[in-house]
Amino acid sequence: MTDVLLKVENLKKDFGSLQVLKGIDQTIRRGEVVSIIGPSGSGKSTFLRCLNLLETPTEGRIWFAGEEITAPGINIDLHRQKMGMVFQHFNVFPNLTVLQNITLAPTLEKKIPKAEAEKQAMALLETVGLADKRNEYPRRLSGGQKQRLAIVRALAMEPEVMLFDEPTSALDPEMVKGVLRVIRSLADSGMTIVIVTHEMGFCREVSDRVLFMADGVIAEEGTPRQLFENPQHPRTQAFLREVL
Amino acid sequence: MINDILAILSKYSYVFVEGIKWTIILSVITIFFGTILGTLITFMKMSRNKILNAVTYLYIEIIRGTPILLQMYFFWLWLPKAINVNMSERRSIIVALIVNSSAYIAEIIRAGIQAVDSGQREAAKSLGIRDSYMMRYVILPQAIKNILPAIGNQFIFMLKNTSLASTFFIGELMTSWRTVQTATYKPIPALMIVGLIYLMMTWTLTLLLNRFERRLAESD
Repeated sequence: MTDVLLKVENLKKDFGSLQVLKGIDQTIRRGEVVSIIGPSGSGKSTFLRCLNLLETPTEGRIWFAGEEITAPGINIDLHRQKMGMVFQHFNVFPNLTVLQNITLAPTLEKKIPKAEAEKQAMALLETVGLADKRNEYPRRLSGGQKQRLAIVRALAMEPEVMLFDEPTSALDPEMVKGVLRVIRSLADSGMTIVIVTHEMGFCREVSDRVLFMADGVIAEEGTPRQLFENPQHPRTQAFLREVL
Repeated sequence: MINDILAILSKYSYVFVEGIKWTIILSVITIFFGTILGTLITFMKMSRNKILNAVTYLYIEIIRGTPILLQMYFFWLWLPKAINVNMSERRSIIVALIVNSSAYIAEIIRAGIQAVDSGQREAAKSLGIRDSYMMRYVILPQAIKNILPAIGNQFIFMLKNTSLASTFFIGELMTSWRTVQTATYKPIPALMIVGLIYLMMTWTLTLLLNRFERRLAESD
């Protein structure tokens, strides 16, 4: 059984007169790690943000776990609870402690008792080496620590897919490794991952499939091997010449 | 001049005390109800209901675009007729003060909410947190820090704005001045007394607000 988790059909997105996505068709299977690469302005982040409807598509349909989330009248909050997202600028909640950042959504939306949510949060914090920071406010954390917090905050909702939007682009170089290590172990655990990234080495190692986007379309896709060693599209070739 | 001031104080201090009393009453009522009404208007303006949006938009634009004195005259003339109750002038003026301040407060709160980084909203949405919870647990606690300094300023404006009520002889401090200067023919010393009283009141208010802000900063 090919277990399809996300399906995108003819996805288009305009910002005013600017067409950012020009028709994208994609199927992402459960357990797959899919990287999206491409020059800036190619629509990578917009595509990712359309997957949980942080951006409303102008046209096209999206299915998540068999249900069309672009259908009218759907409660998108319920679906978002199963789609974790990690942002370039972390977006941790500065008014809440590390622990509260993690337990907020599970206690409010999944009605998990506070004690249980905290126990689960502590277990997650252990895995990313932040257990001793549980009562700190985010302003006392480094960029790398904030991003690891953001990742476990999303994981606390037990999502079926994790969406990463350039998770290491805003980090100091020495912080990148720690965050990538966390994402890699997630990938190893079988989590479905869609990641927009500029970390080509990482992308090559962990991805099952790489999408190369240019000018609002997926210009080329394939295994990391196909794409990095034998790119077919001239845009892909030009891009890889620039970044590798 | 000092002698004049002392002479006026010894003879007419009861007039100023009465003025202080009414200035404080007007200010407290205006600040309290103006803030409540202003908060309601903010949420009406930010709601998804198009009619509410339009109504509150007009409300805020009209209030901010016309002089407060005109609004006072309007409520003074219109309100007793509109609700067909023989209303004291003081009540009409209080309504005008509340309405006026609510528009400014609404704008301050809205600006404070919108100044919260849009990433915060996106993060809450991405976790599937519904809008009302997002407001309560994520956006408002952060917005309050943007709002407080500006709202403190507004409270001081509101306190000073009560002086305009003297146009209608409502009995607050500027009315006291009018009473005393008519009785003494010494307008300038009387004005200095009133000015000093206003300064003491605004300083006290500033002090209270600063202390409140500090307490809030500590709890973070």
